[in-house]
Formats: sequence, C-alpha cells, structure tokens
Amino acid sequence: MSTPQRPPHSSMDRRVAIKWMLTAAASAGVFDGVTFGAEKGQGALPKNAVGYGTDPDLLKNYKPGDLWPLTLTAGQRVTAAALCDVIIPADEKGPNASAVGVTEFIDEWISAPYPGHDADRRLILEGLAWLDGEAQKRFGQDFSNLIVRQKTAICDDICYVANAKPDFKKAALFFRRYRDLTAGGYYTTPEGMKDIGFVGNVPSATFAGPPPEVLKQLGLV
Amino acid sequence: MFQTTGQAPLRASPTEDKPFGFYDATVDGGWQVPGEPYSSASSAPERTFWWWRARMLGGRTNHWGRISLRNGPYDFKPRSRDGLGFDWPISYEDVAPYYDKVEMLIGVYGSNEGLENTPDSSPGVLQPPPAMRAGEQLAKQRAKKLGLPVIPIHRAVLSERQDAGTIPAKLHPNNPKAQRVLAEAMRQRAACFWATDCGRGCSIKANYQSTTVHLPPALASGNLDVLPDAMVREINVDAQGKATGVTYVDRLTGQDGVVKGRVVVLAASSAESVRILLNSKSARFPQGLANRSGKVGKYIMDTVGARLGGHIPLLENLPLHNEDGAGGAHVYVPWWLYQEQHAGKLGFARGYHIEFGTGRRMPGMGTGAGLDDLTGGSYGRKFKEDVRRYNGSMVSFAGRGEMIPNDDSFCELDPNLKDKWGIPVLRFHWKWSEHETRQAAHMQQTFAAVIEAMGGTVRGKPETDGAKAIEPGGKIIHEVGGTIMGAEAKSSVTNQWGQTWDVKNVFINDGGPFVSNADKNPTLTIMALAWRASDYLLEEMRKGNL
Repeated sequence: MSTPQRPPHSSMDRRVAIKWMLTAAASAGVFDGVTFGAEKGQGALPKNAVGYGTDPDLLKNYKPGDLWPLTLTAGQRVTAAALCDVIIPADEKGPNASAVGVTEFIDEWISAPYPGHDADRRLILEGLAWLDGEAQKRFGQDFSNLIVRQKTAICDDICYVANAKPDFKKAALFFRRYRDLTAGGYYTTPEGMKDIGFVGNVPSATFAGPPPEVLKQLGLV
Repeated sequence: MFQTTGQAPLRASPTEDKPFGFYDATVDGGWQVPGEPYSSASSAPERTFWWWRARMLGGRTNHWGRISLRNGPYDFKPRSRDGLGFDWPISYEDVAPYYDKVEMLIGVYGSNEGLENTPDSSPGVLQPPPAMRAGEQLAKQRAKKLGLPVIPIHRAVLSERQDAGTIPAKLHPNNPKAQRVLAEAMRQRAACFWATDCGRGCSIKANYQSTTVHLPPALASGNLDVLPDAMVREINVDAQGKATGVTYVDRLTGQDGVVKGRVVVLAASSAESVRILLNSKSARFPQGLANRSGKVGKYIMDTVGARLGGHIPLLENLPLHNEDGAGGAHVYVPWWLYQEQHAGKLGFARGYHIEFGTGRRMPGMGTGAGLDDLTGGSYGRKFKEDVRRYNGSMVSFAGRGEMIPNDDSFCELDPNLKDKWGIPVLRFHWKWSEHETRQAAHMQQTFAAVIEAMGGTVRGKPETDGAKAIEPGGKIIHEVGGTIMGAEAKSSVTNQWGQTWDVKNVFINDGGPFVSNADKNPTLTIMALAWRASDYLLEEMRKGNL
C-alpha cells in the first residue's frame, strides 16, 4: 500500500494536522523541509489550479498542461532543461532527458495542486534561481550557457548531500530532489523504459519465470 | 502495449484524489471522502484510525490485493489457545467447505503445503501458482536457512480458465438455472495475460472483483436490482421490532428514498454497517438497532503492518527478462513460529505473514530515486549506468500480522459532526497493545535477517521500536469487527450466521462479525462466511422463520 496524502478529518487542531501531513509527505520523499529564504509569495499556485478529481478519465493520454496551468517561465525552462540534461545526458542506450519531455513533466509536477507538490515547487523554483545565480557568480553566465566542464564544477559541489559543504547543503537538497524527479520523469517515457531495459507490459499466454541464465547467475541451478 | 505510467498525470503517482495512484480502480474513495468526514477522539497519531472507504459499485473489491488466505483452526479459537481476545462460535471445520466453494467460484491460484494452521484446499480447488520470480527464488533459497518457508501465495487471479463444465454443478447442486448462469459467466472470464497491475481492474476478468465476477451472473439471474449512489441513512423498523427495509439518500440528487425488504443484509464495510445501526435509533431501540448488548462499534481491528527494504547486489545486472507476472507477489511466508510463540518465547501472542516485492517492474517515480548513498550522488552518464545496475536489485518485505481486539479500539457516533446529508458520522478510538507493537519490531528484525541472508544490506535501518515501526490503524485497510458474532446475545451483536440477536431479519455479512483478525487477509473469509450465512438465511426463509 502506498502512502496516503492526508490524515483523517477530525477535530484535531491545525498543528497536529500539519504534523500529520508533513509525516505523510516526508515518508513519500516529497518534502525535504528546505527553503532558501525566498521572497514571500513566490511560487503561489494560480487560483484556478484544481486537481483531476476523484473520478478522472483513465483512458485518456495526458500531457503536462492538460489539467492545471504550468509554472515555469521561458527563462526558468531553459535552466530546468539544462539541468535535466546534465543529470540524464544522451548515451548509446537513450536520449537526454529534455528531449523526451522531462522538463515539461517537472513543470507539471511542481504545478500540481496537491499536498507535497507545493514544497517541491518552492524547492525547485528557488533551486533553479540559485543555480543561475551561482553560474553568474562563478562564470558570468546563466547555467544553460556554461560549457560542460563549468556545469560539472557547480554540480560536483551539490550532487551528494552527505558530502556537500555547509554553504552548499541547501542546494544539494534541491539537486537531490531534482535528480529524483528527472529520473522518474525520464524512465517512465518509452525511450526511458527502453534505456533501462524494461521488457514487460506485454500480454503473453504463459508466465515462464526467469530464464536459465538468470538462475545460473544467482547460483540457483 | 498497455497504458504506461508516463501517459498519466504525475506519472500515475498517488495524490489525494487517487491515493493508490492514478490508475487504481477505486474512484470516489480513499481515507478522505469529500463531504463525508469522520473524526478521531484523540489527536495523537498513534491513537488515530484511518478509515478507507470506496464509494462505488463493487466497493473495496475494486481495490484489494487479491491475496486469499484461509483462516486456520487456531484462528477461530484464539482465546482457547492463548487466553486473549475471543473465540469464534464456529470452527475451521464449519467454514472449510465454504472456503472450497468460494475459491472455486472466484478462482484462486496457490498450492497446498500442509503447513501448521495454513490450511490446504480440497484437491482440485486451487489453480496452479505462477512460476516464482528471480528475487523470490533467491529469497526462498536463503530464507530456508533461517527456517522461513517461502511458498506460493494464494491470490484471486485465474492462472488458467475456469472449468465452466464442472464447477457450477459443484457450487449449485440441484439448481440448473444457477448452474447455467454461472457457467456462462465463467466462460466470459479469460486467464491472466501476465501484464498490468491488478489494481487497475481487469477488463478480461482474470482477477476477482465484484463488478466483473459476482454482479454479471447475479444480474443475469434476473433476481437482482442494483440501486447505485444510494447512501443508507437507517434501517426502518415496524411496531413489532422487525426490519421493513432501509431509508437512503440519493448521493446525486440529495433526495431520500425507501427500499422495502423481507430481510435486510448489511455489507457496507464493517464501520459503515456500525454507523447505519447506530443511526437507526427508535423508541424501541434507543441505543441504535441490534445494540442491546452495547457491543455495536466495539472491538474494531485492523492488521499490523510494517515494512523494510533491502539492496541485494546479487540481483544487480541480471539478464533482462519480463518479471511482470500476475501483478502481485507470487510467493509469501506464512507464520512459521506457532510453537515458539505458544511456548511464550516471543513476547507477543499472534503471528504474521510476509509479503514480497521484487523484480524489475514498470518504471515509476521511484525508479532511479534515492540512490545517492550507493552512487555517491552520481549524475550524468555514470548515473544512467547506476540506474540500470540497481534497477531490480531492491527488494521489499511487508509484514501483515494479527491484532487482538481490545477495549480501547472502537467507534461511536460523533455527537456533533455530520456529513453533507446531515447524517451523524463516526468517531474512532484506537490503541495498539504491546502484542502488536512488539510484533512489528519482530517483523523488522526478520526482514533485516532475510535481506542479510540474501547477501544484501537494509535500506535505512530496521526500526527496533515497534511503536514506530507499526503503520497507523486503518492504513492496511483490513477493517473488521464492530458487530462481533458470538454464542450469546449479551456479549455479541450477531450469531454465527451474522444474524443480529435483536432483530432476526437483519444480517451483517461484511467483516463486522469477525471476533479476531488473523494475519490472513480478510476478504476470502468474509466471502466464505457470507455464503454460509446465505445458506442459513434461505433455509430460514423456507421454514417460514423469516
């Protein structure tokens, strides 16, 4: 069973209700409790953003923007795409992340009017701004305009929370979340599924179990 | 071939509108239903009960995991065995023939292993279990050294087509019409095509859910009318104290309506049935209907749940192959420490079984996530290699254990809160005892031991504090009790057939009459008891007693 998004309704006070929600969100890995001290009001959802409801059309194929307005400005999208491709570049097994719509997916994710997504929205908007600021500070250019070696210089400082220096801790938490979202967005596309080697989701008359070479590798035959 | 996570909003991940993901077959359901609140007597999380509801045709059968385990002989007489909780007024032998019948009707795969308190089905009843996946086979080999039996699980999924030529006559002897209707319904069902989650619902009717398996033959019999969107307010009673039918509110129009009946059978989910009874107050029944014992709402139970994941290097980089299988797990570990527990060696009184998650399944938002401790925070080409390497090398184990009914876990009407139709709602009281929290801690130790025996490492840390390891009450959605059955009217709500002691033409045939909640998932037992109750009900009608 997966993690519920909200506690039961009750006469419990607001403090307790918020604690419940954070617990639920934290266990789903969507809330890191991070802010960069952003300006007040940044990242507020448009008032007309509503969810897909409790009985949505399951047969339709959905695209980002179909259900709720997206957030990223043209400038933010460029930075977001550049970071997606630093995390998942093209290689012999598959394309880079932005080529298969992962930037748009991240925009959909941070724009969703559901609990937990608001925390990601704040984290990512502030993180993208930090990234361009850091790129300007070090190299006098926005992140997307840096050459690979320059991008890597910044990302190496923030790619692993456990090793990040105190000044980069918050940015590292952003990067960790962004990498998770990029990976989830990418590996759920047809190209990403091919890249990772997913060969299921096809009907068959029988289920044979693992082939002999698998059992052999596991020492089971 | 079939819809993928990438075609759904948010990659099909859970939201408050769809708590089990976008494609979950449950609509208009969840731990929260807009306009239909419930309350908690305590604000402490460990004293709070999460109440799942499914407001749709077929109810929770749209959602369940299809795990179909029989209660064993000990499970019907737990008090006799360890002095705790209550005995059922029936034994395994009373229910066994009905387990056979239900398994043949809905189609259950599995095997007979002859293990303690883990009953075999009669010969020819079960369908063949699917082959074990790679990780399941590795777990079987390694867990054996720890004394844990890894055996085929029983799930309500057709691994082959049902024998429509012979089963109907076994299930409905001397009833040619029922045989004909059922045979036709069975011919409409295909065997599993080994792809897509069962939780999406099954358009080929390979798995069991009420809407595809029970309702079509029932409608074809001509003896069933379905009145959807009807929320029952109360059971109506005549001057003699006999039920005459129900009053309901149409959830779309808000208008009230009445349905009359010779017998009223409640199967609204345990707590919802409690709510209907408590709301059916009259001068004759001031405490609510069928509540002279004061036991309506008492002894609600859920299942003890805890989980732990592990990383198994041996499972990295296995040759690619299709591991979808029958949707859920193909194996499980039944409770294996009956003797040690009975000898008082464990510090908790009841058992649990272990469910498995293994293999390379359809990618979702968890794919490639949370790997930084293994990868050192890699990104770029190295990250892509890492994701391929680790995909399929993670296993997860979930314990599902027995909760003992207690005086602190019950529900009642909230004195103030009402739903959007003005119907009083339930207020829940909840408390785990140390039998449950210690069991949850034991689960964690066991899972860690299995992960290590597989040559792996635990992801995170096993939780040694059972109170922290245990999932919230109601989270496992095995809500039973609240209208317990018994041998005497003063201490129970119904007799062994779910017939209420106080109003003999009112029956309760959901999980409410359960007096214990064995680690075995309750749906199969609910169905077996309902069939047994229906036989009794028909016989009573024939005799003119109803």
